[in-house]
Order: sequence, then structure tokens, then C-alpha cells
Amino acid sequence: MPPAESRIRVKRQDNVTQVEFVDRNILDEANIQMIGEDISRLIDAETNPKLVISFANVEHLSSAALGTLITINNRIRTRSGQLRLANIDPQIYEVFVITRLNKLFQIHESVDEAVKSLA
Amino acid sequence: MPDADHSPDSARLLVTNQPGEVDRAQDQIVAAAERHHYPKASIFALRLSLQEAVSNAFRHGHKALPPTTPVTIDYDVGDSRIRVAVQDQGPGFDPSSVPDPTLETNLEIPSGRGLFLMKAYMESLTYNPSGNRLEMVYRHPGNEGG
Repeated sequence: MPPAESRIRVKRQDNVTQVEFVDRNILDEANIQMIGEDISRLIDAETNPKLVISFANVEHLSSAALGTLITINNRIRTRSGQLRLANIDPQIYEVFVITRLNKLFQIHESVDEAVKSLA
Repeated sequence: MPDADHSPDSARLLVTNQPGEVDRAQDQIVAAAERHHYPKASIFALRLSLQEAVSNAFRHGHKALPPTTPVTIDYDVGDSRIRVAVQDQGPGFDPSSVPDPTLETNLEIPSGRGLFLMKAYMESLTYNPSGNRLEMVYRHPGNEGG
């Protein structure tokens, strides 16, 4: 069986790694695990990683996706890096508010703003 | 499983933890809700809660069972409310034992938010006494009185 195609797109600009999701729904646990592994590899490839995750295309996510974001955040902090989230649809932002994860993550309106905050 | 566009308003689905099966069940129930004119916010709540309920059933209920062991989903979509019951074949659990994920001390723990989110988005959640069957009810936001 060929390796599964990555569910993220990655762009590197101004020392910041930008990640966006291929899928509109971040629900399936197997896909979420793969996304977590792909992003972990990006984090481990750098010292003091600076990462922006864009939710521009995302319409649905699950608690498993939130869990992966927390794991990513913890991993980045152990490497003295910084994580920003951006472009979150209002309905998905509500999930962050309900779970109080809007207090844990630094969330920006746009990727540009998120990148600027890492300067 | 029928094409989502021609899905019935109520049915019993047997879903195994194989790629695509959970998605197809969700699509079928969501298609029924869309036919009954539930708004986008309702579809968001429904899809999220279905995902959490079925994920919990497989991850916890079926932890010690083969992945081909099916979870049973009974759903009934009406104009004023949606009822979905998800039953696993595991030993059940005590929902009151799940810690509050929004406590400061739990915020950085990656798991334990599924039940909390379902409670937030559904009108009611009811477990059977053994804790392996969850019934969720969602009320159409335009039919609060009905």
C-alpha cells in the first residue's frame, strides 16, 4: 500500500513555518494522528520552531483535533518555540471558547497577523 | 448503507471502525437533517456530536474488542428535533467520572473533551444504566416551543 498523502500543506517564509489543512473536516482520528505526526516532524526539524497553523479551509473539527493541537503546543514549548493559530471560522472558534482553549492558544484573525506576532 | 442524498429520516446503522464508515453514517444523518432545513450551526453541532459519540464508543467502549465489532447508531430526524442513540458493545462507563476539561489544571491535557462538547451542543444527553448507550437529543433552534 503506498504511503498516505499528507493532509497538510506547508509553506516556509521569514523563518516561520505555515501549515494549512487540506481537508474541510478535521474529524477522522486516523487523519488527525497523521496530521499530528507530520507537524511533529516539522517541529523536531528546528530549534526554536515558529509555527502558524491556519484553519482557513476548515469547517468541522473534533476533540481529537483539539487534543493534537495541545500535543503540538506542548512539543513546541519543550523546544522553546512558539505556536500561533489563525483564520478560525466563528463556529470553530466557539469550540475553543467552550473548552477554554482560547486561553491556552494565541489565536489571530489572519496568518499575516500571526506571522507578525512572531517577529 | 444508502446514498446520503436518499437517506431515510430514521434508521438503524451498524458502523465498524473502518476507514470511511463513520463518515458515511454521519453524512447520512446530516443529509436527513439538511432535508429538514436545520441551519448550518445545527449541522455543525450534529456532526461534531456524532463524531464524539462514535469515537468514544470505539476508543473506550471497544478498546478490548476487534475493530470489526460494530457500534449501533439509531437516529430519527424530525422537523423539531433530532434524536441519535449510539450503543457500543463494551462494558460501559460512569460519565460522572470524567473530569471537567476546562479546569485550569486540565487545560493542557490532550484528551477528555468529547463528552463536554456533546453536552454543550446537544439539548440533552442520557446514558443507560450500564453506560454503553448514549442518547442525544437536539432541538431545531426555530422550534424552541415545539
